[in-house]
Amino acid sequence: MPAHDDDRSSDGVSRRKVLECMTWAGTGVLWTVAGGIPTSVGLVGEALAQTSGFTFLQISDSHVGFDKPANPNALGTLQEAINKVKALQTKPAFMIHTGDITHLSKVKEFDDAQQIISQARLDTHYVPGEHDVIDEEPGHEYRERYGKNSKGAGWYSFDQNGVHFVGLVNVVNLKSGGLGNLGAEQLAWLADDLKGRSASTPIVVFAHIPLWTVYETWGWGTDDGAQVLGLLKRFGSVTVLNGHIHQIVQKVEGNVTFHTARSTAFPQPAPGTAPSPGPVKVPDDKLRGVLGIANVTYKVGNSRLAIVDSPLQG
Amino acid sequence: MTVSTRRGALASALLVALVSGLPASARAAQLEVKIDNFTFGPQKLRVKVGDTVTWINQDDIPHTVVSIGHFRSKALDSEDKYSFTFTTPGAFEYFCGLHPHMQGSIVVEATTGSAATQ
Repeated sequence: MPAHDDDRSSDGVSRRKVLECMTWAGTGVLWTVAGGIPTSVGLVGEALAQTSGFTFLQISDSHVGFDKPANPNALGTLQEAINKVKALQTKPAFMIHTGDITHLSKVKEFDDAQQIISQARLDTHYVPGEHDVIDEEPGHEYRERYGKNSKGAGWYSFDQNGVHFVGLVNVVNLKSGGLGNLGAEQLAWLADDLKGRSASTPIVVFAHIPLWTVYETWGWGTDDGAQVLGLLKRFGSVTVLNGHIHQIVQKVEGNVTFHTARSTAFPQPAPGTAPSPGPVKVPDDKLRGVLGIANVTYKVGNSRLAIVDSPLQG
Repeated sequence: MTVSTRRGALASALLVALVSGLPASARAAQLEVKIDNFTFGPQKLRVKVGDTVTWINQDDIPHTVVSIGHFRSKALDSEDKYSFTFTTPGAFEYFCGLHPHMQGSIVVEATTGSAATQ
């Protein structure tokens, strides 16, 4: 198979090297990040290469309970996403869910989501989206279920294979006219959490709303996100994973790779291409091409994590 | 949720009527703010003391109506309504607690003269 080839292209990059960057691919567009520039290398049919290091999954914006024309069965498409996870040849180390598990924070929505996500049989680390904290006592249901080992509204960190993961909450106490918000208490906690860690420790930060400004007019950014990036400046490898905007946006700035995941429920318009960021109704046979999951691979010695976005179909 | 919200609004409107000794229909107006495409419309609304404003969510995404220190709706799903009766004059700035770039204001003017003395 191509993974064993070692023929060099004219620019001296070995084919093996390129393929190592791919590491995993489902059906879909593969993004490989080399030299600071994310590049789409085309459609890939099936899993390709072995991995050293480890992989983890990101799913986002399941919106269980959503039943509007853009997707009358958000639970069904979440099930399809989890079926895809179950079918992976390389079992991921764990999964992260970057929020909007539910649409309206209802007990049944949380129950239904849990029933399906647990079928993946993976440790799943959550952060809440704004749709997960609109119960009677805001955030109560979420914290009861997922906040046991977290601080404040649900922020925490953990380590896996030498990578430090930080889950942040930027969907509570939002200010009029503002964007996502972390708040002083959480920022102080983060500064403390990062203190004393070696600059060579790879860092993965995940939160619901993008931590950088994708599109201010639609509120797609975080007021105090720049302070997080300031705290992360000294680290050689930083990956920021978000959801909220139901589409893939990726950029690299210095040592930081930013990435937003697709939703498993419905797409939203590209910034500024519609009167509002509301759900987009696409033809039924196109829906699964704009929903999906992301698979992230960390390889020891690679400063950038390889992120592969994979649609549910197409 | 919608029903109880509306019932609450009716109850408070009734209370206002009882306190002022007026039939509920005498002076108070019912006004609407539509939530559509992530905007409040009209964005700025002038009302009189005693008037009731009802917000109606016409989006496929839930919204809330929050005026810090004054009123706060529950999450409004599509077609859900929230009503608030303004009993004091002033400018009430509000926003959506989920999408805070959505902002609006209600300017409440004091009622003049006869109604209060009847």
